[in-house]
Amino acid sequence: MTDAPTGGGGGAARGALSLDELLKAKTSEGAQEMLARQDSTVRELRSEVGGVLRLPEGVDIDASDVNYEAPDDETMILNLGPSHPSTHGVLRVMVEIKGEQVLRTKPVIGYLHTGMEKTGEELMFHQGSTNVTRMDYLSPFFNELAYSLSVEKLTGTTLPDRAVWIRMLMCELNRISSHLLWLATNGADLGALNMLVYGWRERELVLAFFEKVTGLRMNHNYIRPGGVAADLPDGWRDDVDAICDVVSRRMDEYDNLLTGQPILQARMDGVGALDAATAVGLGLTGPLLRSTGVSYDVRRDFPYLAYEAVDFDVIVGTGGDCWDRFAIRMNEIRESLKIVRQVAKAMPAGDYRVQDKKLTPPPRNRIDESMEALIHHFKLFTEGFRVAPGDAYVPVESPRGELGCYVVSDGTSRPYRLHVRGPSFSNLQALAPMARGGFIPDVIACISSIDPVLGDVDR
Amino acid sequence: MSEGRGNGEPQEGPGRPLPPGEPLGTGSGAHEPQAGEVEAAGRELLHGCPVTEALGQRTVHTDRRRYLPLMEALYRDGFEACMGVTGVDYLTHPGRDLPEDLRAERFEVVVELLSLSRRERLRVRCQVPEADPRLPSLFDLWPGSEAHERETYDMFGVVFDDHPDLTRILMPEDWEGHPLRKDYATGHVPVQFKEAPK
Repeated sequence: MTDAPTGGGGGAARGALSLDELLKAKTSEGAQEMLARQDSTVRELRSEVGGVLRLPEGVDIDASDVNYEAPDDETMILNLGPSHPSTHGVLRVMVEIKGEQVLRTKPVIGYLHTGMEKTGEELMFHQGSTNVTRMDYLSPFFNELAYSLSVEKLTGTTLPDRAVWIRMLMCELNRISSHLLWLATNGADLGALNMLVYGWRERELVLAFFEKVTGLRMNHNYIRPGGVAADLPDGWRDDVDAICDVVSRRMDEYDNLLTGQPILQARMDGVGALDAATAVGLGLTGPLLRSTGVSYDVRRDFPYLAYEAVDFDVIVGTGGDCWDRFAIRMNEIRESLKIVRQVAKAMPAGDYRVQDKKLTPPPRNRIDESMEALIHHFKLFTEGFRVAPGDAYVPVESPRGELGCYVVSDGTSRPYRLHVRGPSFSNLQALAPMARGGFIPDVIACISSIDPVLGDVDR
Repeated sequence: MSEGRGNGEPQEGPGRPLPPGEPLGTGSGAHEPQAGEVEAAGRELLHGCPVTEALGQRTVHTDRRRYLPLMEALYRDGFEACMGVTGVDYLTHPGRDLPEDLRAERFEVVVELLSLSRRERLRVRCQVPEADPRLPSLFDLWPGSEAHERETYDMFGVVFDDHPDLTRILMPEDWEGHPLRKDYATGHVPVQFKEAPK
């Protein structure tokens, strides 16, 4: 940083490197970047026609569709990010354009990689949720949920009803807050800047409730193996009712503000269209997959918690474009409100975590009275609990799609391997087929409608 | 599942050879039973590979030699989506439960498959030897495996043959080592509560 502006002086000190070369040496990601056409393989260039589309057997790529011989001076590789307001974090996108038309798109990721899966191997099972909650930081409850469910699958724990329903309540509220933030940033990306303020404002309502319940606005470490960290506070029903009323009233206002807005619609309608076969082949999930007409929702198709007991609709689109994804997220907020109302009404009484003292700590005040509670507490927080050897993969439907947690245990109190299948990581592969043939502003609309969270992509 | 496909032939992909450098016979795939066949011992087989079920989740175990034919057969069986590819390094936990005819290797590549039409999931665990960690890429079957295979290569050093763009994805390009291997030093500094003895 310091030697870059000095120009000639800094360059001379490092030999013959010019300022341009110096900057490149400092920022280059080598082969991870999009390379010029003549440096790329034909297989790699296939990404131009649909990322990574599978062709029928025996059929090679249509040579007229991809111009392998295109001289380099006809196209230009443009770099967006990693520090760019429209990339939702530290996403770097390299775009090859010919004139104004986008040919190839390649996301370069890893700028937020902090080795959370490796960290997860060092932490004990009961400490793990505080690690995974930081992955997808806009929907922390889902990270904790996927992790806790997979650990509970290995331990064979059955939760008390109230714990299950509290988890559902918090997750659906989290889906609302995550989609509200998406509405805000999507508006900002497409020029509807007033939505930016409104989306954050409504999200803050939900986060205030989270703070009341868990003590933290984000990264809660609330859903833990064995239940949740604390019971709902007094008066939680009033808060939830208030959130539901306000958000559902405001959703109608946003319909007026955004859905009926011809400029916004023109920015999204028909932009970034995907077909169902591409979406399935790319392993997309969540609103991205549902926008193409594939009705897949983990909550309905592989029910977890108590989603079988609540009534909700899976919103499916038809066109697979950004406009469909916008409509799906708008309506998913309403569906989540519906679930939240049902959960608040049906919330059962009982324990908020299992009363197995090998798994969850005893209440603090018991430690002063009971020697046994003290021993349990001490053992749990020094040694952790042991989990039988085996492996388990449990998926949940996060706001961005299927969030799965694969845990391998070797019988100790630490996971032998902890892998999180982040939905944003897979969904980002859709950027190339979505962006092809459009303009640079459409790339921004596509990135926005993928809704990637870089903490989830890079982990 | 897939009882109808019972010709007993090893399911080779069209024109797709075995990975290079693979000595034949390292696996125990000499006997290629029919899909869905149940052996006398009561073990279930899927396309000649043993299936285990634990905690309500089905897993197919395979070695490298049978990996690609198995995956192609599963693709034809209707597993349209690949939810993820990842690896596990079993360096310090060699004694895991595996079907008995499978030789445990250091690396395992784990693939999560999903059939949207049947609402069914299946996990594939493939043994990958330490001496030559290579596997054929699944890119031609499930293009969505592209980023996941790059991540597995980055983190474990498992090379996927025929992958279109096998570069590091999360770590910097010039990084040395593969961080999720168990013998990769984490740079862990033990906490000292007192001054170190002189």
